[in-house]
Amino acid sequence: MNQPIATLTDVKKSYRNGRHKVDVLSDLNLEVKQGEFLALMGPSGSGKSTLLNLLGGMDKPTAGAVEVAGKRIDKMNQTQLAGWRANHIGVVFQFYNLLPVLSAQKNVELPLLLHKMSAAERRKRAATVLEIVDLTDRAGHRPAELSGGQQQRVAIARALVTDPMLLICDEPTGDLDRSTADEIMGLLETLNREYGKTIIMVTHDPKAAEHATHILYLDKGRLSTEAAA
Amino acid sequence: MKYFALVWAGLFRKKARTLLTLASLFIAFMLFGLLQAVNHAFESGVSISGAGRLITNGRYSIIDNLPISHVQRIRSLQSVASVTHASWFGGTYQDPANFFAKFPVEPEQYLAMYPELSLSEAQKQAFIDNRTATIVSRSLAERFNWKIGDRIPIVADIWPGKNGNTWEFELVGIYDIAKDSNYADALLFRYDYFDENRVFGQGLVGWIITRLSDPNKSAEVAAAIDQMFLNSNNETKTATEQDFLLSFAKQVGNIGLIVTGILGAVFFTILLVTGNTMSQTVRERIPELAVLKTIGFTNHGILGLILSESVLMTLIGGGLGLLTAMLVVPGAADALRSLLPGMFLTYSSVLYGMLLALFLGVFVGAIPAIKAMRLNIVDALGEK
Ligand SMILES: Nc1ncnc2c1ncn2[C@@H]1O[C@H](COP(=O)(O)OP(=O)(O)OP(=O)(O)O)[C@@H](O)[C@H]1O
Ligand SMILES: [Mg+2]
Repeated sequence: MNQPIATLTDVKKSYRNGRHKVDVLSDLNLEVKQGEFLALMGPSGSGKSTLLNLLGGMDKPTAGAVEVAGKRIDKMNQTQLAGWRANHIGVVFQFYNLLPVLSAQKNVELPLLLHKMSAAERRKRAATVLEIVDLTDRAGHRPAELSGGQQQRVAIARALVTDPMLLICDEPTGDLDRSTADEIMGLLETLNREYGKTIIMVTHDPKAAEHATHILYLDKGRLSTEAAA
Repeated sequence: MKYFALVWAGLFRKKARTLLTLASLFIAFMLFGLLQAVNHAFESGVSISGAGRLITNGRYSIIDNLPISHVQRIRSLQSVASVTHASWFGGTYQDPANFFAKFPVEPEQYLAMYPELSLSEAQKQAFIDNRTATIVSRSLAERFNWKIGDRIPIVADIWPGKNGNTWEFELVGIYDIAKDSNYADALLFRYDYFDENRVFGQGLVGWIITRLSDPNKSAEVAAAIDQMFLNSNNETKTATEQDFLLSFAKQVGNIGLIVTGILGAVFFTILLVTGNTMSQTVRERIPELAVLKTIGFTNHGILGLILSESVLMTLIGGGLGLLTAMLVVPGAADALRSLLPGMFLTYSSVLYGMLLALFLGVFVGAIPAIKAMRLNIVDALGEK
């Protein structure tokens, strides 16, 4: 239960904007243990999404090591990373990012296309996770026919369907009203407690962060357990 | 195959736009098919069975008749396999608008000369046995609703008969014309009856048809024929059937050039239309494509996805267009048989069209697909 699942060691990330170099993260160290539900907070532009993208293998650090489940993912090439993401990571975005032309069911099946399994097996697995997020009766609906909260639940089902060891959520409630946000947070908490999913979530919402087991604050490239005054 | 649903859904993401693009592809490729068929009518000139035939006319005009004795003399030349003749009868069936050719011919020799005309042995025998017999092409019989045994009256304009202006023939056979032949519909009747019954012009024929034993000798034999009658009262002009048709086609213009020009303009337009559709569809979908990559689709997977969409689009639109051309051409060929014989859409033209559609799909899909492939997840997600 207390194995580290993700470790960042002396991670540095900088962007070059024309002649200016912007250091977003520098000498950052972080350890996330299996079974944790970590909420990451901090002011806008502090680098929270950048950090999340490094952990999810969607971006690479300028320097330092990113180790997830014993693998140095900063050393992988694009194709290896794509395969690694398909097998180990589930991602939930603020704006759901579902494919508008596909039904909820087909959106959830999407990640399974990259795995060896029959169409029947794909259908069965998608139906199972849609049941977990309580959307069985909307499986045939397209995203445009669903509310924001329902779309986000479809997105969570899509992130879960491959049974990833790490769930990454970037402001999953950022576009939702209070009560819908509470619903989604309740769902994430259930996934963490009952299904043992390790979750790393970025949020601006202190009430959302209360559902997490740990909270970390990122400011001026540094991580701390205390919010800056 | 499991990605097909994804490709299909992507293609019809914007239904109206895709349908319009498909419609322009459809029209372009149908036009391609039709023009290929028209081109075939002009370019093939002589069908396979018609290869190696020479046509001999009067030297100064194709309406000058020739003495039938020329036939025997041509038969004596080297490399000549067989010789027969035909004549222009003119005449009208019921109404001058009912235009079709009517030729007095030697039944056995003429049918042997044109193996692309086929009819049953019994009907052929009836044609040989009855002096007033006639045979017609199937499309003529259908056009005028003629049945075997019908009597067909033709009113003469050039050749009055001994019993008056109306010649009456008994329909004994209906022949089929081989698909790839450019033979025009004609009513055929017997020359011996024609020659005996006409008021004047006995012993004259319209033109002489010569089959060569060696098709490669056509130029030499044609020259030998014209040489033989030089300085006689009936000088001749001999050409291959192909040259004869081509010289006719040249009066219409350079068909090949016109066809190429039209197709060039059409495909240039199609290139712009489909290219625009593909680049728009990628531009609109940048965040979606980033999500696919996040989920684990590789860069090459995304490249393949967009290329498949593009190729699927051109193959569907092009395929439907070519299919329609295939369905339309036989009917058009029948309708235009007396005007433009030999319209035919070959399988190789269809195959060529499909390859063109495939190539078009790859060509217009390539740049958007490469753009999509190179999308960086972090940047692309930020474009929301
Ligand atoms: N592709 C890029 N090129 C240049 N600068 C970038 C790029 N992506 C991010 N940045 C910069 O890095 C910094 C951190 O960005 P990031 O998106 O990680 O912040 P964030 O903490 O997620 O902010 P928010 O709460 O607003 O989402 C910002 O100053 C941003 O301008
Ligand atoms: Mg962010």
